[in-house]
Amino acid sequence: MDISTHTPTAPPPSPRPGQAENRTVRGATRPGDRIFLGLSRGSGIALLLIMASIAVFLTYRAFKVLPEDTGNFFTTFEWNTNVTPPDFGIAVLVFGTVVSSIIAMALAVPVAVGIALFLTHYAPRRLSGPIAYVIDLLAAVPSIVYGLWGALILVPNLDGLYGWLDDYLGWTGIFDWQGGAPRSLLTVGILLAIMILPIITNVSREVFRQVPRMHEEAALALGATRWEVVRMSVLPFGRSGVISASMLGLGRALGETIAVATVLSPTFEIKASLLDPGGGTFAQNIASKFGEATEQGRDALIASGLVLFVITLLVNGAARLIIARRAEYSGANA
Amino acid sequence: MKLQRMNRRALALGALAVSGALALTACGSDDTGDKNSSGNSSGAASAPAGNIKCDDAKGQLQAAGSSAQKNAIDAWVKQYTAACNGVQINYNANGSGAGITNFLQGQTAFAGSDSALKPDEITESKKVCSGGQAIDLPMVGGPIAVGYNVPGVDTLILDAKTLSKIFNSEITNWNDKAIAALNPGVKLPDLKIQAFHRSDESGTTDNFTKYLKAAGDWQYEPGKSWKAKGGQSAQGSSGLAQQVKQTEGAISYFELSYVADGMKAVEIKTAAAEPVAATTENASKAIGAAKIVGTGNDLALQLDYNPSTPGAYPISLVTYEIVCDKGNKADTLPAVKSFLTYIASEDGQSILSDAGYAPLAGDIATKVRAAIANLS
Amino acid sequence: MSTTLTSKHRSTLRGGHLPKWSPLAIIAGSVAAGLGISAAAGLHSSIQWALIAAVVFVVATYGIAAKVEGRRQAKDRIATSLIWVAFLLAVIPLASLVWETVKRGVKVFDVYFLTHSMGVVADTEPGGGIYHAIIGTLEQVGLASLIAVPIGVLTAIYLVEYGKGKLAKAITFFVDVMTGIPSIVAGLFILSFWILILDMGYSGFAGSLALSILMMPVVVRSTEEMLKLVPNELREASLALGVPKWRTILKVVLPTSIGGITTGVMLAVARITGETAPMLLLVWGTNFINNNPFEGPQASLPLYIYQQYANSSGANAAYDRAWAAALALIAFVMILNLVARGIARWKAPSQH
Repeated sequence: MDISTHTPTAPPPSPRPGQAENRTVRGATRPGDRIFLGLSRGSGIALLLIMASIAVFLTYRAFKVLPEDTGNFFTTFEWNTNVTPPDFGIAVLVFGTVVSSIIAMALAVPVAVGIALFLTHYAPRRLSGPIAYVIDLLAAVPSIVYGLWGALILVPNLDGLYGWLDDYLGWTGIFDWQGGAPRSLLTVGILLAIMILPIITNVSREVFRQVPRMHEEAALALGATRWEVVRMSVLPFGRSGVISASMLGLGRALGETIAVATVLSPTFEIKASLLDPGGGTFAQNIASKFGEATEQGRDALIASGLVLFVITLLVNGAARLIIARRAEYSGANA
Repeated sequence: MKLQRMNRRALALGALAVSGALALTACGSDDTGDKNSSGNSSGAASAPAGNIKCDDAKGQLQAAGSSAQKNAIDAWVKQYTAACNGVQINYNANGSGAGITNFLQGQTAFAGSDSALKPDEITESKKVCSGGQAIDLPMVGGPIAVGYNVPGVDTLILDAKTLSKIFNSEITNWNDKAIAALNPGVKLPDLKIQAFHRSDESGTTDNFTKYLKAAGDWQYEPGKSWKAKGGQSAQGSSGLAQQVKQTEGAISYFELSYVADGMKAVEIKTAAAEPVAATTENASKAIGAAKIVGTGNDLALQLDYNPSTPGAYPISLVTYEIVCDKGNKADTLPAVKSFLTYIASEDGQSILSDAGYAPLAGDIATKVRAAIANLS
Repeated sequence: MSTTLTSKHRSTLRGGHLPKWSPLAIIAGSVAAGLGISAAAGLHSSIQWALIAAVVFVVATYGIAAKVEGRRQAKDRIATSLIWVAFLLAVIPLASLVWETVKRGVKVFDVYFLTHSMGVVADTEPGGGIYHAIIGTLEQVGLASLIAVPIGVLTAIYLVEYGKGKLAKAITFFVDVMTGIPSIVAGLFILSFWILILDMGYSGFAGSLALSILMMPVVVRSTEEMLKLVPNELREASLALGVPKWRTILKVVLPTSIGGITTGVMLAVARITGETAPMLLLVWGTNFINNNPFEGPQASLPLYIYQQYANSSGANAAYDRAWAAALALIAFVMILNLVARGIARWKAPSQH
């Protein structure tokens, strides 16, 4: 949405247009107004209630089973919930979730920034419009389709890459490959990277497009090359925007369920090598253990879901803080 | 004015969408399987459907549970619905645990399970079975095949000890001495072994590891979840079959019905002289020797994992249907009874061997039929 | 800036310039070099020669450009090619995704497939269709919209037209946070609340509830943006005429922004249509047609794709159905997207 072109004659919309009239209506006690205000405030409160009850119900179910857990919930490398007493812990899930998300971010962010720059500053104009449009649409492709593609097309084609990594980087231990099917955390990371690429690209592109033209023209007038323009005026302006775009992508990567479940060979252990099958993520574990779970097992899965919920809350909270800071510094919002 | 018109147009669009959706609900139909009844691979289409008694069975029948018997239920449902088209049977293969949970919550008419009910589950079942309790009816038996995908190796003989080592990552290459010793004359390639196990909990894993523990040297506790470290995993028997099919050097365990093109089943060396192939007849020999350990109408079985009978296949699995002996819901009782009567009958059981399962035989079959006749 | 002046070998002000075809020539040269070196060293991995070619390309570009045009221009060229590489790198998987889905999806995609359910067709056999799943998804998404759109729009109205103080701040913050809720967590919440505690049973409606949680924040966000675009003069004019505030909102503010709001809603619908995880926990799935979303198990399109993949035992018939269903799902989501964008363009709030 390019705000400025829509309303050329109107004054720039104030952040809260309704506030001006609020004072005048304050005293109004017309029943219609009161009902309408009640309805809309009620909706807002309902939203808060939903968030609160998510936390409450998940916590309630989680604490039905946590006292029974014979293992330590944070350090146990087991997920054995259908026996009495159960023995389970989220250590492997935390590791797998964090590692696969980090891989996804490391792969997706540079490429996404590259595409965004390509579309805004490098591509021929006739090309950039349609491509931007297509990438927009790709952001809407359902994750199950990525999962299907990942399992049936991506995994069988990764042997070459894995062999190469093992040959040349195997000595690090991280890229050591025992020759199993390439259904490891690295594959998950690659697939997640492909999934979040369109989202990060879209948001970054919006940010780069808002770079004040004056900054760029000034740099060009001083004889800067295109790369110098990008490095000195576009990237600094867009940095926080890119960070919040990345956070958005990170949120998606952390919670992705089905695409991970289709390409990962999960085991409850932590391996040094990212190429050997194994590990697991919160969401994938919930999806794959749910079937055989008894009531106690379900509560244990809900407990792990609660942890995922908290993690995503933290990530989103951080993203919001960054966006808020950006609003303060950005020239466009001054 | 313009705004008003726009609103009206939006309304009209909405109305169109709603009526379109309503119209859509009337134009589809369920696939009755006629279109492809010739030339499908499961072979179920050839079985007789004449003797199915529908009685006054009708309506939707919800069932859930074990994925190990999914293929058998699919074949039965096809025959049964062809005869009794007033009944829709919806078997959700979401796993034995979920199946029992759903049944105990009263959401399903019967459950399919790889393992018999635990005592506390039977106690809990008294809530949904007013005046009765849940019982286990052994219905689908079958060999658990050890499928492998090694190009150029058409027959492979393994024993429990070697299998234990393979699945515990102690033997890692197909040309290992231990494998060669069991297969004189077979040219084994220099290929990494990729052992796959279930990532979800499963009765198949339970039975397979019980066998490894009883006959081999498996140092882990047998159980529904895989305890050994190492190896690779996949979801469900279907997922395992999928991986074996597409991975060279793979080996895994699943019900015989999942053994399809692209893989072969291992012959198992038992206490008897000759190695035993994973066939339904061979599994029947082992299942026929099983002991009934349930009480009353409950027919829970105990299998022998180390048979010395020649030709008895040692790794098998019996899955149960779980219903209330008394106090089944009145609206689903006729359908449940009619469907179970059919699947326990000679006709129903005879389809099984085509689908890779072992028909029930002798004493056990008689008791199951008697128990079904008494359902109320 | 002085470095440009160091290119002394030509007396024009512009300095040296490489011809337009030079990047292509360097690419061709380095690919040849990569292949040659790999062949000579007996390497057979395609990654290997591509990497060698890439290294040769970077070194050659930098070297040649630095010699002719200067170091700053050389850096610019490297950056340009890196950005092109980023673009091409991303295009490969995304194009493959779309291409494979279409190529494999059209195999069994026909009228029969769209108008029949799976019925009694077993997972590994050919035949069957997605009619039951389409019905399920349409009803679940429709119900979810019925719940989420009024709440979302009203919340946005509250935030823009009335809201201030702590409550509005809290709502704004939590709407943002809510956007990031993983779909499986929403599913778990409905499972623990609706199914385990209230004991309401699995149904399409349970799925709708989870979807509506995922949809609400998206609707609030986009509606908020749209309402903020409505010029204050319109509100003031209406209020000055003595129109009550609620009628002003209903008759002036909302109609002005209805195009944008519709777009936002449709994009939200497109997003939730593809959700699989909550469906896995809540609707239970069935192979038969169930037109009643409030009772009994229902199918859903994303769940159908997952089940066809997971229960396939590697059978091609099931894979074909999964791809065809994926094609149907993508087509549906894309159409929603295109329509939404069409509406946005058609009713952009400034054009009157």
